[in-house]
Amino acid sequence: MSVFIDNATRLVVQGITGRDGSFHAKQMMEYGTQVVAGVTPGKGGQRFENAVPVFNTVAEAVAATKANTAVIYVPAAVAASAIFEAADAGIGLVIGITEGIPVLDMTRVLPFVRERGARLIGPNCPGLISPAKSKVGIIPGNICKPGNVGVVSRSGTLTYEIVHQLSTHGLGQSTCIGIGGDPLIGTNFIDCLTAFQADAETDAIVMIGEIGGTDEQQAAEFAKREVKKPIVGFIAGQTAPPGRRMGHAGAIIAGSSGTAAEKMAAFEKAGISVMKRPADVVPLLKERM
Amino acid sequence: MNLHEYQAREILRRYGIPVPPGEVASTPAEARAIAERLGGKVVVKAQVHAGGRGKAGGVKLAKTAAEAETHAKAILGMTIKGLTVQKVLIAPAAEIASESYVGIIVDRTSQRPVLMVSPAGGIDIEEVAAKTPEKIHRRAVDPRYGLLSHQAMMLGFALYKDVKQARAAADIMQKLYAAVYGVGASLAEINPLVTTPDGAVQALDAKIAIDDNELERRPDIAALRDVSSEAPEEVAAREAGLTFIKLEGTVGCCVNGAGLAMATMDLVKYYGGEPANFLDIGGSSNPQKVVSALRIITSDPRVKVILFNIFGGITRGDDVANGIVQATREFTLKVPIVIRLTGTNEQLGVEILRKAGFSALTDMDDAVKQAVALLKGRAA
Repeated sequence: MSVFIDNATRLVVQGITGRDGSFHAKQMMEYGTQVVAGVTPGKGGQRFENAVPVFNTVAEAVAATKANTAVIYVPAAVAASAIFEAADAGIGLVIGITEGIPVLDMTRVLPFVRERGARLIGPNCPGLISPAKSKVGIIPGNICKPGNVGVVSRSGTLTYEIVHQLSTHGLGQSTCIGIGGDPLIGTNFIDCLTAFQADAETDAIVMIGEIGGTDEQQAAEFAKREVKKPIVGFIAGQTAPPGRRMGHAGAIIAGSSGTAAEKMAAFEKAGISVMKRPADVVPLLKERM
Repeated sequence: MNLHEYQAREILRRYGIPVPPGEVASTPAEARAIAERLGGKVVVKAQVHAGGRGKAGGVKLAKTAAEAETHAKAILGMTIKGLTVQKVLIAPAAEIASESYVGIIVDRTSQRPVLMVSPAGGIDIEEVAAKTPEKIHRRAVDPRYGLLSHQAMMLGFALYKDVKQARAAADIMQKLYAAVYGVGASLAEINPLVTTPDGAVQALDAKIAIDDNELERRPDIAALRDVSSEAPEEVAAREAGLTFIKLEGTVGCCVNGAGLAMATMDLVKYYGGEPANFLDIGGSSNPQKVVSALRIITSDPRVKVILFNIFGGITRGDDVANGIVQATREFTLKVPIVIRLTGTNEQLGVEILRKAGFSALTDMDDAVKQAVALLKGRAA
């Protein structure tokens, strides 16, 4: 088992003919992901890499290929529309890679996706990978190894850094999930902790957070109550200058300033081992496993 | 992107919210002419992106047009929290019966826009939240239906007992909600929302922040950006498609991804250095971005060593390497550079760097340690 994606994942790539979409579609195919379709309006009927049929709409792609997962590489201006389209076509899992989607667009996208029973991961995320099974997104496959550590992170490249540390030291991963760095995201830490707790192949969890908001604090409280597997955590932004948060009202609603110190304290209180630097992940995990 | 008060007031007016008259001046003479036009007592208010303008002496009351000119002369050019005042707002000195607060922000937890109102307005709302949280009323709005009339009325009654005033406030809240979606605001505040002695409800001061991701599709709003009120390096970085925040240290950091950039800064500190900046070259890379990044980093004379930390995903190692090489053709690097490069197209990137006489490390810890060691060697 793994979390969210596996060998049964049938992927449609939205924006498959674009610069980023085509590059990463190829990488995913090389990794062994079943890329069954691509979508670029106006390019329906073409074949990507002489193999993958391209459609004008996601609905056509789903009808023809039984795609069950979509990944989005289209530009920010049309990315919200691409998520709506995927959910409307009956796709159950939508991964939004695109960075720069306006937050107000997301206030409309998220209820729409949920009403259709779909799950959105991201946006502004690197996607996810179940090593040796399937990869959806942009996480470099060569840094991952199959194993029993679940990784969940708000960051992209920092996730690679920590996964790389794990793999080099022989700690493989069940699934690595980048949930995205935007304020409004479809899948949060608690969703991933729940999935990892239920996954028989995951024996330990690495949680990578950063400053801003209170998702990490809430996840820490949840972990203390519900998660029986050991967790190692990291918070980026210990030296980040204050004032990066959004005006006064943001801090009030959050009921907290969202600092690294506060989040690390919440982790410690919940029994999560806290890394001081990315390289600490291996010794701390070995201690806990 | 933050808007100035006068720009925010203009947006509120456009959405039908009652805002007292007022105009913006860039010179003392203009200030005088506006004060003469308005007649009576006026307030002269500094237009800078900083709170606490009043405490800093940036808000002054003038009884005559001549006095308005004198105040404008003093306020224009003064520095508030490091920002130079370029413009002043001249507005009639309103007689105020009561002051409230109305704000809208997108809440991360409920994932909805949230209306917040408080009868304790006019002062720092953060202070109200800390000392008397019961005085703040909140309402999450379902964006599919917008702020419904009865919801707005409930909040209106939280501010005013008088039904007319409650209704006026509710109307203002619905218009403010429309303005948020209309201009792409991440924050919109009216503070204070006042009542005048004759019972009218008006927005006296406003603050609007625009979600930067909205600007591409809203050129009219993007045109409101006041570049003169921002740090020049940050303007240059934004124009180059980079995210840059200036700090006080000596290690110039160039990283892909915000999380890794923050973790790199943290690690610089961990090993005894101080980061000179936060710089994220972003996702989809091109060599020109790297050239711009190096130009911005090296323009800071405090930078004694440059540290690249690149873990390629959507960013390709060859793009970054080409950017570094291209930059050294365009200008001379006067400080040592430590490059950590791994991930997508790593071999291509390392090869490009090697041919140009650079070496690259694969480990982040090693790279940061080396950068800090170079720094100490240089200082010693």
